Amino acid sequence: MGSSLRVLNRIADSPLVERLGLEDRAQKLVYEGAKRAAETAAKAAKRFSSKRPSERPRSSRKFDLTLTEEQQLMRDTLRRFADDVMRPAARGSDEDSSTPDGFLEAFGELGAIAMSVPEALGGAAERVSAVSQMLIVEDLARGDMGLAYAALSPLSFVNALVQWGSEAQRASLLPSLLEGETSAAALAVLEPHPLFDPGALRTTAKRRGSDFELSGEKSMVALADRAQWLLVAAEVPKLGPRFFLLERGIEGLHTSDEPAMGLRSASLGRLKLDKVRVGPEALLGGEAALSTDGGAAYDEAVDRARIAWGAMALGTSQALLDYVIPYCNERLAFGEPISHRQAVAFMVADIGIELESMRMLVYRAAGRIDASLPCAREAYLARTLCSDKAMEIGTNGVQLLGGAGFIKDHPVELWYRQLRSIAVMDGNLLL
Amino acid sequence: MIYLEVPKNLKLVVSQAHQVAKHIFRPISRKYDRAEHDYPKELDMLAALMDGLSAGGGPQGGGVDSLQREDGANGGVRNGGNMITCLGLTELCWGDVGLALSIPRQGLGNAAITAVADADQKKRFAGVWAAMAITEPGAGSDSANIRTTARLDGDEWVLNGEKIYVTAGSRADSVVVWATLDRNLGRAAIKSFVVPHGTPGMEVVRLDKKLGIRASDTASITLTDCRIPKENLLGTSDIDTKKGFGGVMQTFDNTRPIVAGMAVGVARAALEHTRKLLEDEGIEVRYRGPLFEKSAAEAELIRMEADWEAGRLLMLKAAWMADNGIPNSTEASMSKAKAARVANRITLRCVELCGSLGYSEAELLEKWARDSKILDIFEGTQQIQLLIVARRLLGKRSSELR
Repeated sequence: MGSSLRVLNRIADSPLVERLGLEDRAQKLVYEGAKRAAETAAKAAKRFSSKRPSERPRSSRKFDLTLTEEQQLMRDTLRRFADDVMRPAARGSDEDSSTPDGFLEAFGELGAIAMSVPEALGGAAERVSAVSQMLIVEDLARGDMGLAYAALSPLSFVNALVQWGSEAQRASLLPSLLEGETSAAALAVLEPHPLFDPGALRTTAKRRGSDFELSGEKSMVALADRAQWLLVAAEVPKLGPRFFLLERGIEGLHTSDEPAMGLRSASLGRLKLDKVRVGPEALLGGEAALSTDGGAAYDEAVDRARIAWGAMALGTSQALLDYVIPYCNERLAFGEPISHRQAVAFMVADIGIELESMRMLVYRAAGRIDASLPCAREAYLARTLCSDKAMEIGTNGVQLLGGAGFIKDHPVELWYRQLRSIAVMDGNLLL
Repeated sequence: MIYLEVPKNLKLVVSQAHQVAKHIFRPISRKYDRAEHDYPKELDMLAALMDGLSAGGGPQGGGVDSLQREDGANGGVRNGGNMITCLGLTELCWGDVGLALSIPRQGLGNAAITAVADADQKKRFAGVWAAMAITEPGAGSDSANIRTTARLDGDEWVLNGEKIYVTAGSRADSVVVWATLDRNLGRAAIKSFVVPHGTPGMEVVRLDKKLGIRASDTASITLTDCRIPKENLLGTSDIDTKKGFGGVMQTFDNTRPIVAGMAVGVARAALEHTRKLLEDEGIEVRYRGPLFEKSAAEAELIRMEADWEAGRLLMLKAAWMADNGIPNSTEASMSKAKAARVANRITLRCVELCGSLGYSEAELLEKWARDSKILDIFEGTQQIQLLIVARRLLGKRSSELR
């Protein structure tokens, strides 16, 4: 209880929260957190005192699209953050190909990381939820996909630790991430070759006694210039793909800039692993990950990454739709708004329809995780749809603005470049 | 709490509808495709079965009379009549779209009665099988432009005009006819009237021969000084020019997700069967590995399935909104636009994937590809759905975005 309240209090104290006018929401989060902590304590006390805990049977779950109160609060907070902090920073950081100083810290102050870590592990989440994580991705990508990728990389790293980290790994890494001492960490799954398949990695982790020796190349790694910790996926011969925790500066690990078509504000980089030697403690999940469960965990990580990139597509596509609507209503041609023409209006309608289509598939896949249902098929279908439709929306967005869409006075060309990534990125994030 | 699965307690209804589709519709599907205009007498049995189920207090088969809108959600989230009906029709249309449209007492007119009728009318028209007559030779998508007139003469309405493309128009007991009280007052003057078959002046003059859904009758109807009681006007006879189409158009918010559900059903039939035929050729669908490393056929099956899921989930969303009293005009149109266009594309593609086998009458694939086309046309064409969605998103009136 103490640790979660401390985290919440830090959020409430943040000057950024004050600047965004989010005190009320932050206070509500603190209030809810405290209430929950008290309830948990009361429940625990009751469990000890009463002989039979009264567990009510869970009623049959219903189809539902309502957000929980906590999710709505986080959504309000992140939308403000996206509008007031991310949008204004998007253009400059895209041009600099670098995440602005202080951005990760500012994001950290909003408490998204704390809300992603269960109370038992020092965070503030009553229950870790894939849907909540997915909503965070969507809301951040509405601000800017590149900056979202930067912000979500440490969060993905935290998610991996929470879900699959060994007790020792959690104990040594989570506190500094929660306290904001470590703000930069990232995942490295993608590799620089055509037809990349996260299930068939070329990067290897060969066994050397009880140690592992990692060799290979990773691409499109966020925060490559500053991540203190990297979670690298590598194929362990005769076992399958697994994740390894690598600290910045380890011998044999080289990073270089890898600017790309979009996502530039995430400080993209290439990793070269040249016989990087790590002990068994670097294997995510520890010894347990050597079993077949370790393989299942990796597969689940692939699914969760697909849902995350789908949510990225949602956020940016929503930003685009919200932008082209007033543009088409204000832009005059032939004496009337271009939105009065069906050729234009129907493109807008199709953006709306396909965006909602993507949203349903992505939400469903995430919802299945929270309901403990298998989601490999649903995540794959979400990725398939988003790969096609996100780019269609991106290119139609530019088309609707015409020449104005092609120049950098408007953000649409940036979104076009960002949305190209959806079909490319398979890995490197995690709900 | 975001959860987009069909709840367990609706699975019984779904499986019941599936049994009907599988054991009653599928075996006679080709027969009535060939024998267009023959009455499928098997459907009387089905009607009796459904009546028995409902009299026995069993779960409803998802009839259109359960499309009631819930006002306000007291007691949390509801998965109710709209969702059940959509899911039921999905299953039935997996069996056969034409036969599903011919189930006694489940006409679109019934949906209109449910949506617009007052309590007394609901009682009077309970158990009636009602078709819906909107389209005229000179007015299709522009339904505000209809010419059929209704004139009050004492205690009776006198209807005059011509209606075409009336689904179940000859088999139903009654026809819900759209007519205008005053052509000068535009859409606000359009009202719907229940006209029982046998009323002097109403006549079925023709049955259309069609590309698909041949098991369903599509009638042309003339109304010549056709007199019906004053009480057969659904809703109010007041002409409120501000409210416009409100009354009659409200039906569509409920029926469009159902048509989406029909599209989802026929598309699933084609997808499942194509998958089975391709499995025999060694093509298996695996949800892993890059799409580009798969055979073109496997990749196409996955792409179609993703699009199909989108149509299905949009349908469920629109129905869920209706069940919970949330205005859903945009979502109803989105679901219909997506599900119907995707169903048409999928059924046509499945014929192509299966080659001459798909094209041959030896399989039902070619039939499904013909049946699916109507779903992108009736209850508002694809283009009308896009107009509605566009107007909503852009905040435009129909006078601006025409």
